[in-house]
Amino acid sequence: MFEVIFLQFLNGLDKGSAYALIALGLTIVFGTLGVVNFAHGALFMLGAFCAVAFRRLLTLETVTIDPEKMSPWGQPLEVREPLVQAWFGDFGAVLVNYSVPLSLLLAVPVMLLAGVAMERGIIKHFYKRPHAEQILVTFGLAIVIGELIKAFFGPNPHPQPMPTDLRGAADIGAWLGMQAGVITYPLWRLVYFLFAVVIIGGVFAFLQFTTFGMVVRAGMADRETVGILGIDIDRRFTIMFGIAAIVAGMAGVMYTPLLPPNYTLGMEFLVISFVVVVVGGMGSLPGAVAAGFLLGILQSFASMTQVKAFLPGIDQIIIYLVAVVILLVRPRGLLGRRGVMEA
Amino acid sequence: MTKFHMNRRGVLKGAGAGLVTLATPHFFTKGAWAQDFCNNPTGSTVTFGLNLPLTGTYAEEGADELKAYELAVKHLNGEGDGGLLNVLKPSALKGNGILGKKVQFVTSDSQTLSDVARAGATRMIERDNAIMITGGSSSGEAIAVQSLCQEMGIIFMAGLTHSNDTTGKDKRRYGFRHFFNAYQSGIAIAPVIGEAYGKDRRAYHLTADYTWGWTQEESIKAATEALGWETVATVRTPLGAGDYSQFLTPVLNSGADVLILNHYGNDMVNSLTQAVQFGMRDRQANGKQFEIVVPLFSELMAKGAGENIKGIFGTSNWHWALEDEGSQAFTKSFGAAYGSPPSQAAHTAYVQALLYADAVERAGTFYPPEVIKALEGFEFDGMGNGPTLYRAEDHQCMKSVLVVRGNENPTSQFDVLNVVQVVDRETTTYDPSIFGGDLGPAEPVPMCK
Repeated sequence: MFEVIFLQFLNGLDKGSAYALIALGLTIVFGTLGVVNFAHGALFMLGAFCAVAFRRLLTLETVTIDPEKMSPWGQPLEVREPLVQAWFGDFGAVLVNYSVPLSLLLAVPVMLLAGVAMERGIIKHFYKRPHAEQILVTFGLAIVIGELIKAFFGPNPHPQPMPTDLRGAADIGAWLGMQAGVITYPLWRLVYFLFAVVIIGGVFAFLQFTTFGMVVRAGMADRETVGILGIDIDRRFTIMFGIAAIVAGMAGVMYTPLLPPNYTLGMEFLVISFVVVVVGGMGSLPGAVAAGFLLGILQSFASMTQVKAFLPGIDQIIIYLVAVVILLVRPRGLLGRRGVMEA
Repeated sequence: MTKFHMNRRGVLKGAGAGLVTLATPHFFTKGAWAQDFCNNPTGSTVTFGLNLPLTGTYAEEGADELKAYELAVKHLNGEGDGGLLNVLKPSALKGNGILGKKVQFVTSDSQTLSDVARAGATRMIERDNAIMITGGSSSGEAIAVQSLCQEMGIIFMAGLTHSNDTTGKDKRRYGFRHFFNAYQSGIAIAPVIGEAYGKDRRAYHLTADYTWGWTQEESIKAATEALGWETVATVRTPLGAGDYSQFLTPVLNSGADVLILNHYGNDMVNSLTQAVQFGMRDRQANGKQFEIVVPLFSELMAKGAGENIKGIFGTSNWHWALEDEGSQAFTKSFGAAYGSPPSQAAHTAYVQALLYADAVERAGTFYPPEVIKALEGFEFDGMGNGPTLYRAEDHQCMKSVLVVRGNENPTSQFDVLNVVQVVDRETTTYDPSIFGGDLGPAEPVPMCK
């Protein structure tokens, strides 16, 4: 029984990593700009498609016709050779193999640009509008981004292979001194969890230990006072929007080997991420992270056969049940600031 | 006493009157048909309504079906190399459309969702005057659309649907299925996996939570238990779940040594890939090698699953590498048109379009009850599955079924499956009454206008 619980705990950490990363970005945007950004899931999806685009670039092929070999339908066979491997030999093969982590290099500038363009181009015009209008415009934006991706990449999912060294399962049981093969867990999912920890830690360190971060935190607490001091808080908040987009995009890149992305990927995570933000406390970064992992773990435990035997279907509704209870008992969320969402 | 005179004028008058008298019942009947059925094509064209999942979980299959329909329409209109028109036996097809009317088509994206499929079919019938609806890659869609077509008096030639219910408890007079079903998969695959993996196995089912998944789970469970296998658990997963980790982890310590994935399309690609990531193909359980079985899969899914499909057993309706004349002809036509071999979804879609057209030609009318009569009990050959019967009792085609296995040593990107065994029609034929259901009436209800 311990193995089953431990494995579901690992699953929870894995799911929670994605939830926490997306919710973190959502919270940054809400905390700084006061905008409820329904397009944030689309940024996660956009990041995933950076990985798809990067791999496509790396696997561009030359196509030649081999007149001596015939296809099963009686036409000369096409011989395809990847350009990168033709140019760089074994190093080219390594690049293709590690295309997912390497595509972070593409995702960071693309997501920064996308985030800044989104904020400057559209969202800034809705700062002083009601939340309902912000939700409408950002939701519309999410649909537009999804349709653009569909137009360029088609409706079908695009599987992205993980590096061969990180395929297969890690024998965690053996690491812990237990019998080999009792607790095994996919290596890439462990990598994803560690990646999430590093990114979350990085964002917190940036906000905690840099002057920029200090100003942003001050702006989140009292925007007007920071403005009176002559600090251009708007510019910093725009950069924070870009950082939130980068976090979502990087989370999307690294998620591609776990779930082949298609244009609907953002919507799949969006609703859950909003629940995570509400449960954690609107505007609370530690709350978003804590709630992300907590709900991920709860969802995993709820999907255990033993639990579902008593409560069929509980795994599908557990997150929303928790959200209802939290909103009834503590409307500002687990770690939310007093007064936010309590009016 | 009057004398009886025979002259030329009298003979001509008599003959004319006789002919008119003889033709009268036919004339009236034809007139009745012309006005009494939905979307009777009066112009020079006839329209097929293609209801296809171009997005969603089964989008790959939908896209391949669309290619096949485009090809079928070309061939029916006398364009291209004729494809299977040349090998269907018996055939009334002439390559000049259907009853001299040029075939055209309209499409609707069903999004792999039953309600959207039904709405799309309604639109194509009411707005586009489709005489026949065809397509689909999900049994949920097929059953929903088939029921609608029965209500509207439009024939539905199902595409890829594998649930026992389609021609079982939910069968309809206006619905016809060429594709095989889950029960036949069970009959075909059980002896093969029994021989490969032994009779003492413990199976864990992960099942897509809708009609197809349920009936496949039921059929495979019954077939493997008949072998002596024990079923450890049957767990339902939502259609399009994406991340299966929470469903896969319980398998690891369940005591099972076989995982049976009752998933199709992208669901299967995801669940199989993730099962392999969890190390299931490298595990030992109960002193045996842990195995994964996917009772139904296609070459499109095999391509999507990549390395992970190697060595996995399943069943298929058809495979492009079969060496009969029909399979070769279709592979050649499709490959020349699209640069890749056709999938089983494409094959069944193409065959359904031709079988409908042939039935109309044989009936001599588009009037659905007559077309239904022409299809019921129709025995044909040359379409790649050997001698085939469109069984009158349930509108299910009785034909051979393939047991396939992921190719361990592919020689090309298309060479992803091997046909392990062709299970003949006699073996896969079953009593239609075991699934119940009622076909309903053939007379159309003219409610589409």
